[in-house]
Amino acid sequence: MFAVEVKGLVKDYGQFHAVKGISFDVKEGEVFGLIGPNGAGKTTTLRVLSTLLEISGGKVSIFGLDLKEQAGEVRKVISYLPEDAGAYRNMTGREYLDFMAGFFAPEKDPKKLLERGLEIVRLGERIDDKIETYSKGMARRLLVGRALMVEPKLAILDEITSGLDVVNAQAIRKVVRDRTKEGTTVLLSSHNMLEVELMCDRIALINDGVIVESGTPKELKERYKATNIEEVFVEVVK
Amino acid sequence: MSGPGRIMKKEIKELLTPATIVPIIIMAVLFASLGGAFNGVREQLENKPEFGLAVDDAGTFGILARESFNSTSNIIYNATSLQDGLQALQDGKCGQALVYIPGNYTANLMNNKTGWVDVYWMKKGTGLTASVQTALVQASITSMGKAVSTYMIVYGVTTNSSLILSPIQTYSTTYLNDKVMPGITPDQVDTVFTSSSLIVPLIVMLVVIMAGSMVINSMGSEKENKTLETLLTMPVKRTWIVFGKLAGATVVGLIVAGIYMIGMGYYLSSLMAGSTIDLAKYGLTLGMGDYVVIGVSLFLALLCGLALCMILGIFTKNFKAAQTMVLPVTMLAIIPMLISMFSDFNSLPLFLQIAVFAIPFSHPMFAFNNIMMGNYMIVFAGIAYMAVFALAAMFIAVYLFRKDILLTGRVRSAERKKGFSLINLPGWKK
Repeated sequence: MFAVEVKGLVKDYGQFHAVKGISFDVKEGEVFGLIGPNGAGKTTTLRVLSTLLEISGGKVSIFGLDLKEQAGEVRKVISYLPEDAGAYRNMTGREYLDFMAGFFAPEKDPKKLLERGLEIVRLGERIDDKIETYSKGMARRLLVGRALMVEPKLAILDEITSGLDVVNAQAIRKVVRDRTKEGTTVLLSSHNMLEVELMCDRIALINDGVIVESGTPKELKERYKATNIEEVFVEVVK
Repeated sequence: MSGPGRIMKKEIKELLTPATIVPIIIMAVLFASLGGAFNGVREQLENKPEFGLAVDDAGTFGILARESFNSTSNIIYNATSLQDGLQALQDGKCGQALVYIPGNYTANLMNNKTGWVDVYWMKKGTGLTASVQTALVQASITSMGKAVSTYMIVYGVTTNSSLILSPIQTYSTTYLNDKVMPGITPDQVDTVFTSSSLIVPLIVMLVVIMAGSMVINSMGSEKENKTLETLLTMPVKRTWIVFGKLAGATVVGLIVAGIYMIGMGYYLSSLMAGSTIDLAKYGLTLGMGDYVVIGVSLFLALLCGLALCMILGIFTKNFKAAQTMVLPVTMLAIIPMLISMFSDFNSLPLFLQIAVFAIPFSHPMFAFNNIMMGNYMIVFAGIAYMAVFALAAMFIAVYLFRKDILLTGRVRSAERKKGFSLINLPGWKK
């Protein structure tokens, strides 16, 4: 069974067609990257898969669950991290993780989820400080911890290291990689081509709402005789 | 364009949006309607008062009284006996008052005694409008007293200066529903009514505005801080997210209402410490059941306000926009409160009654007076209306929570996004 099966997905905003009938699938346990220029439809696709936006056409199933008909069930197996997500600033890091963990009871033990979250974020004593005092890197680690502490079957991560320095970005990538080793399937989007090359088993390039290329990083580089994915990207969207 | 000019243009474009203009237009229309109502009060002041007159005295001062009233007032019913006059008052032929000149009126004045005038009031409304009508009748009686003083001086009826200065006195009896209150003027009843009924409209207004702002600001804040998307992907039904937010704001709203009620209760009891009449003596008091009805009305009004604010909050894009979104709700809360100060529900013109009834927050504001006046039907109709309104508003909020508009704010935002995409720029090669 595929973790994600997307067939002819269409997403319209009124007269504007953001996603124009894309199809792709993500295998269980793999890291799948969705890359493309600004406004190509990456975030819209991820938002649809996260049950945030309604489907205009096509069919999406996540671990066999129909996204349109079983949105509530889908939310139990996914975890979505938006690109510019924020946390409740008046809470401490611990309170925030505890608050979010509570939504998964009684199927999952909130205490265990919290423990796992604390392990992932590794904020030390600062976990008991208000989130409003956190640096951007700390806040992002907290949010990644929130997304992964619930051991989702599918983690949908939009620009996980956007705006972070090299050290913080590397730390977060490691957290995600560790999580995939424990069985989580990851669907991510990123502008960072190095990140995509390092993390993804397979990649799909989306442009103007259409998937124009897909394959493993190695396949794509060979197909376009490129030395890295950035060159592939430029060649494909040109 | 110069630097300041460019900045000014940007600021105007940013501030002058439909979200800011529409509430202001609504506010202007509502104020115009309110102006119409106030104009009605002013017109009443310009008109002669209408009341019935029963003169049981064929003497000089009886005739003088009739002449004086005919010149200053519009006497809509004339009688010679108290019995006939009171029957006409009960039948609604005398308007709001019957002025009775007793048979010994002239004899008393001629014998250096005060001339007593009995006034029987039929109280049908409360508030400023009713007070104005009472004041106009009282002014006519005062004017008649001056005519008596003038007559006494011109014809040397007496040398008793204190009698000349104050030749007549009135004794009032007020009828309210089936209650008879001897020695009580409508003004005294109004004072107690207004003081007691002021507290509820004020609390409703303050609580709706405050709790409503909290809901809209919460939505604006969730969108601005980008926490809403995460919340919406949690394994919890959208219905429960809406109810959870509403329940939180309702609890805070009720706590605030309780605090205000205690504070204002003390404030009003201090103000009313000098009050000489006790309406409870005449059976005009609220029982436990009445307070429960007012409480239910207040709770439903709060729920309506919060559900309405939740819908408005769905359309807000950020915290700044949320501030503007609060304005229509603020106006809807302030306008019935102002109206309740000037008039009771039944005294309003039909178009205002419809408008006031349609505003859910108005029902607890008028509930106290309506219950005191025995108008339970309108109170229960208001409760039923608010229950339907709250359910409909919550249903709409839940429906919108399942729609893209919750995140996109409006459809056009996505089209704008297209405009900012590099791939849509001219010259971009695909």
